[in-house]
Amino acid sequence: MTAAKEKQQQERNQEWRTELRKAVPNKDRLAIERVKMNEVEPHERNKSQNIEVNRGLTPEQAQREASRCMDCANPTCIEGCPVSIDIPRFIKYIERGQFLNAAATLKEFSALPAVCGRVCPQEKQCEIKCFYTQKMKKAPVAIGYLERFAADYERESGKIQIPDVAPGNGIKVAAIGSGPASLSFAGDMIKFGYEVTVFEALHEIGGVLKYGIPEFRLPNAIVDVELENLKNMGVRFEKNFVVGRTATFDDLKELGYECFFIGSGAGLPNFMNIPGENLNGVMSSNEYLTRVNLMAANQEDSDTPVLRGKKVAVIGGGNTAMDAVRTAIRLGAEKAMLIYRRSREEMPARVEEVKHAEEEGVEFHNLANPIEYLANAEGRVAKVRLQRMQLGEPDASGRRRPVPIEGAIDEMDIDIAIVAIGVSPNPLIPACLPGLKMTRWHTIEVNEETMQTSIPEFFAGGDIVRGGATVILAMGDGRRAAASMHKYLTDKHAGKENK
Amino acid sequence: MNKIVEKKQLSENVFKFVVEAPMIARSRKPGNFVILRVGSKGERIPLTIVNSDLEKGTITLIVQNVGLSSGKLCQLNQGEEITDLVGPLGKATHIHKVGTILALGGGVGIAPLYPIVEAFKKAGNRVITVLAARNRELLILEEEMRQWSDEVIVMTDDGSYGRKGLVTEGAEEVIKREKVDECVAIGPAIMMKFCALLTKKYNIPTQVSLNTIMVDGTGMCGACRVTVNGETKFTCVDGPEFNAHQIDFDEMLKRLQAYKREEDQARTGKK
Ligand SMILES: Cc1cc2nc3c(=O)[nH]c(=O)nc-3n(C[C@H](O)[C@H](O)[C@H](O)COP(=O)(O)OP(=O)(O)OC[C@H]3O[C@@H](n4cnc5c(N)ncnc54)[C@H](O)[C@@H]3O)c2cc1C
Ligand code: FES
Repeated sequence: MTAAKEKQQQERNQEWRTELRKAVPNKDRLAIERVKMNEVEPHERNKSQNIEVNRGLTPEQAQREASRCMDCANPTCIEGCPVSIDIPRFIKYIERGQFLNAAATLKEFSALPAVCGRVCPQEKQCEIKCFYTQKMKKAPVAIGYLERFAADYERESGKIQIPDVAPGNGIKVAAIGSGPASLSFAGDMIKFGYEVTVFEALHEIGGVLKYGIPEFRLPNAIVDVELENLKNMGVRFEKNFVVGRTATFDDLKELGYECFFIGSGAGLPNFMNIPGENLNGVMSSNEYLTRVNLMAANQEDSDTPVLRGKKVAVIGGGNTAMDAVRTAIRLGAEKAMLIYRRSREEMPARVEEVKHAEEEGVEFHNLANPIEYLANAEGRVAKVRLQRMQLGEPDASGRRRPVPIEGAIDEMDIDIAIVAIGVSPNPLIPACLPGLKMTRWHTIEVNEETMQTSIPEFFAGGDIVRGGATVILAMGDGRRAAASMHKYLTDKHAGKENK
Repeated sequence: MNKIVEKKQLSENVFKFVVEAPMIARSRKPGNFVILRVGSKGERIPLTIVNSDLEKGTITLIVQNVGLSSGKLCQLNQGEEITDLVGPLGKATHIHKVGTILALGGGVGIAPLYPIVEAFKKAGNRVITVLAARNRELLILEEEMRQWSDEVIVMTDDGSYGRKGLVTEGAEEVIKREKVDECVAIGPAIMMKFCALLTKKYNIPTQVSLNTIMVDGTGMCGACRVTVNGETKFTCVDGPEFNAHQIDFDEMLKRLQAYKREEDQARTGKK
């Protein structure tokens, strides 16, 4: 048995857990319906970018939902979690009413539970592995809602625990980028006693959490609390600082930085390279979302403009596409259309976002692929030509490959098109580290266990290693990189002393 | 925050700012730009770095008051701070010894041309500079340009100073008169388009520095897309300088208007 499993068992065998299991018969647990998230009504929320759709659970709802969990002897949900959170333990703390203990449990494994509780694709991770889904063919325990509940409870109680920080060891390390990968890296390294500086190119800290994911799904205030905690623990943030440009790695080494964590993300938007894509009114989802989320272009007093279309087409089927199309609704689009080349089942977005988008009136145009944009007399986009598709044989990803239906081409009137077909790794850092080994997908090659790159003092994680992935994976990478960098630096310094 | 240590009015609408930015002063190269923001609701705007002073740790920016955001910057005074300033961004100009360089600058484009002229001269080239402005009052950096040019020809639209005519007329004379090895042109997009057409006719390799719309300036949004040699490029990271003969200027001219309606509304306070 691994150490982690042993710890889970030990925790599970605690007296209070055993008692709690006995307190309610399993058949009563099974009889409880899965909780429904409290939500703001679609007609209300679709008017403002700043209303968070999900309102969270009440303590009563959370405890009742927690009591659905059977506290399985072999909890499969944990296998579904990319960072192996001891899920039954935190859920049982909720059932017992010990919400702060639940939050503390989450923090053992995750640096950003309030964020992950909101944005993780739980239905593909922990919840799909839940006993209810696997064995009972019933709706799984709402692990994501409960995670969010515990984290929110802790934050709102004002009793956020600032973790203990080891006495400073005077060793300087740097994180490049300030997304979830770097933030979780920084949180762990500061606890180990390092002097940690996070460098960010933009004028805001948070990476995609700030410039990409909209306020209606992840309020900035939630991220700001985490940033405040990190600052209080001693992490330094340098914004408006492009590593490789403002200063080179050699400059930073001269300033005393010994090791680097690269969490520069996958910021480069992909385009389809079809005719008309550079027409006015066609833009990347990154541009659209950055204007609104980072620059607040939706607000009266912001100096940054954003195009407000009546007929907005968003190309893609991932979270970014959902965020863009729902933003368009909030900016006054009369028709907000999602154009995706596969069918709805293959959409990579979180199911909750697809549901919310539909409730808000998004039109889904599945099995359609843009092949050209056409302009009006002023040279702005006015139409998109769509090739209709059908599903063929499964491809490498296991999803059925969309293939064009010959001759099935039609046109759709639009005044804005937003391209959300994915991102590529940010090339800036690799470009200034010639020795760095890259993969053929232009991501940084790392040892998967240690997150160490081909240059020993450089570690990397998050989207720059995985391509566009998820917050939880980025966070897990950051933590693993911190652990192994700590070991690397400890060995290195011990070696020095022995000489 | 970056402090303004000096502000000087160069012409009716053009201001020079010397700003504290020691790191950028150290790492910048000719052709690089910065992105800055004035106020917490400010827009991110790109500006070319005109000069830097390593000892004082400052960079020089020249800005024309053309809209909401440049206007806000122009209202700042010596001693005040620029809210956010990041750089140096973009690829540096490829400076080398080629022989004779023809440098063409129009309007406020003379500012970003200045560091390039200086660098080409320092690299041992013969540099002939043609500066163009609508009238005498709008001509900037003439003295500074003379310092690094073997010859400066001034053209004004109204003939109020130098010779009457367009930058391309001055340029063509030089090309006809002597062998030009390379040309660099910076100014309004329409001017660069006609410079490119001219030098193409004479087969002279030409660089231009594009002033597209930008947001982040780090390759993240694609607002700065241009078509170069049939391929889409991001001006902020692949440029801002490109081979003039490969640029789709007509597309670029249109793209510069992408937010015109929104900007007009902002100016009149109706967002
Ligand atoms: C619109 C959108 C919605 C999403 N929704 C979800 C979701 O619901 N659930 C989910 O799990 N995931 C979602 N994702 C994906 C998730 O956000 C990313 O996987 C995650 O943020 C990656 O984290 P990261 O730390 O690797 O990088 P990022 O968050 O991308 O941060 C990288 C940061 O590095 C900075 N940087 C880059 N180069 C430099 C440099 N040279 N110097 C200084 N700074 C630099 C960048 O400016 C950026 O701020 C979404 C992504 C987008 C765009
Ligand atoms: S300005 Fe955003 S990619 Fe160039």
